[in-house]
Amino acid sequence: MPTQEQQNSRSQTSQKEEMILKAEDVTVYYDDFAALRGVYMDIPRNQVTALIGPSGCGKSTLLRCFNRLNDLIDGCRVEGKVIYRDKNLYSDNIDAVEVRRRIGMVFQKPNPFPKSIYENIAYGARINGYKDNMDDLVEKSLRQAAIWDEVKDKLKQNGLSLSGGQQQRLCIARAVALKPDVVLMDEPCSSLDPVSTSKVEDLIHELKEEYTIVIVTHNMQQASRVADMTAFFNAEEGESGNRFGYLVEYDRTEDIFENPQEESTKSYVGGHFG
Amino acid sequence: MSSTTYNQQDNLSNLEASNSRPRTIIGTLLTVLAFTLLGVALLPLGLVIAYVIIKGANRLNLSLFTELPPAAFQEGGGVANAIVGTLILVGIAAIISIPIGVLAAVYLSEFAPKRVARWIRFATNVLSGVPSIIVGIFAYGVIVLRTDSFSAFAGGFALAILMLPIIVRTTDEALQIVPQEVRWASVGVGASNFHTVLKIVLPAALPAIVTGTSLAIARAAGETAPLIFTALFTQFWPNGLFEPIPSLSVLIYNYATVPYDNQRELAWAASLLLVLLILLASVISRWATRKSVY
Repeated sequence: MPTQEQQNSRSQTSQKEEMILKAEDVTVYYDDFAALRGVYMDIPRNQVTALIGPSGCGKSTLLRCFNRLNDLIDGCRVEGKVIYRDKNLYSDNIDAVEVRRRIGMVFQKPNPFPKSIYENIAYGARINGYKDNMDDLVEKSLRQAAIWDEVKDKLKQNGLSLSGGQQQRLCIARAVALKPDVVLMDEPCSSLDPVSTSKVEDLIHELKEEYTIVIVTHNMQQASRVADMTAFFNAEEGESGNRFGYLVEYDRTEDIFENPQEESTKSYVGGHFG
Repeated sequence: MSSTTYNQQDNLSNLEASNSRPRTIIGTLLTVLAFTLLGVALLPLGLVIAYVIIKGANRLNLSLFTELPPAAFQEGGGVANAIVGTLILVGIAAIISIPIGVLAAVYLSEFAPKRVARWIRFATNVLSGVPSIIVGIFAYGVIVLRTDSFSAFAGGFALAILMLPIIVRTTDEALQIVPQEVRWASVGVGASNFHTVLKIVLPAALPAIVTGTSLAIARAAGETAPLIFTALFTQFWPNGLFEPIPSLSVLIYNYATVPYDNQRELAWAASLLLVLLILLASVISRWATRKSVY
């Protein structure tokens, strides 16, 4: 079976796994120019999917399509469909606020709220109408994000007083506190030191038991360490001279790194550019 | 070999500090000059405060805060009615201008399209540059003539217009300092715009908003021109929002130039109070600034 699976891994996985998110011909415009063109991509449930590629290839842009965060960016327009559990997130009758409650996000720069550590977790739960014991939720979320032991004695302290790595894990705790289906991570380690990075990566491994994770990363080693599936994006010069990004290859991580089908994937994962 | 030795010696002698070097002399001169000019710049502030204290301190007693101003040839008395009046006027102005100013700034910073925001900011700058006497005339025309009476409300209205651009500008700036990522984080956990602004952005900007507001209040408390023909003045206790009302600044204006010593002394004491009030507002604003998050 392994040879057939290798040859046919895309269709194999899609048969085997449940797909929680699907991008269908997604094109994203900033003002008049398409920054990302024609992406088809299925994200399997309870797995880690990494989006890699050089700067400006549209991977963060695509990530923001998955929870409609692009709505907040001036001049940004999305064409095509993003299907989440049979619903197109970009159809007119979808409430973006509800989408973001189910599809959480961790950002590139740690961005805790300028509130206490406790409130950082409780805020999202409270506005989402959480009625159970808040203390339990705070503790459970902080434990899930592997930061409880470091902060349990100073829950009243401002979240901004933590170190960068702790702030990022606090942000992850904040995202998982909402019990989302999917957690989107936009280069979550790019501003962290190696020790914090490995903590966050361990955390990603644990989180995928319960959540589907989509992670954008510049770091290929990170993708190979944490991801089950990897999508390689590249950027190209368009007719009018604008660079636009597109999906080159999407497969199981080991295939992308060891047996890439496309020449540009091979040279990127081989460290020849980007 | 010999050239190396020579170079080393040369370098070493260069390293020693020398006061006769032109660079050192010019540096010292410029430092002295800058320090002197700093002193000149601070001089008016020091002189004004010292003079006000010297002239006003001897009337700084309990009756200043409890008694009404005396008539021309009477002795004693105080400026209690003007203190109350100033507080009422500033209170009215704050009640009008703070909600409008803060909400306008929220719109500007959070919701307005860029083009619209640019024009509103420009308009705000123009408004803050309008001389206060013109604001007074405006309030006179719009309220005093319509209601056919000088009133505390008219005075507060005029002060509110003066405070508004300061509050809008400082709040707008405070909101823009709050990083975009924090808004995204809030939206990312499923918050509506309403929640994001009310629970995250405004609290983060609150210290700076308090700073701006207290500076605006300090400015308004010292204004005289717009009050002369809106709030007018009385020698008696404030008698309702739609009656003329005394204020410290107009009291100073009225009493400073009269030939009666007692009233002139009260004007100085009122000046001292006004300076102290503004000092208090500045202290509050400094304190609030220290609390700021970003």
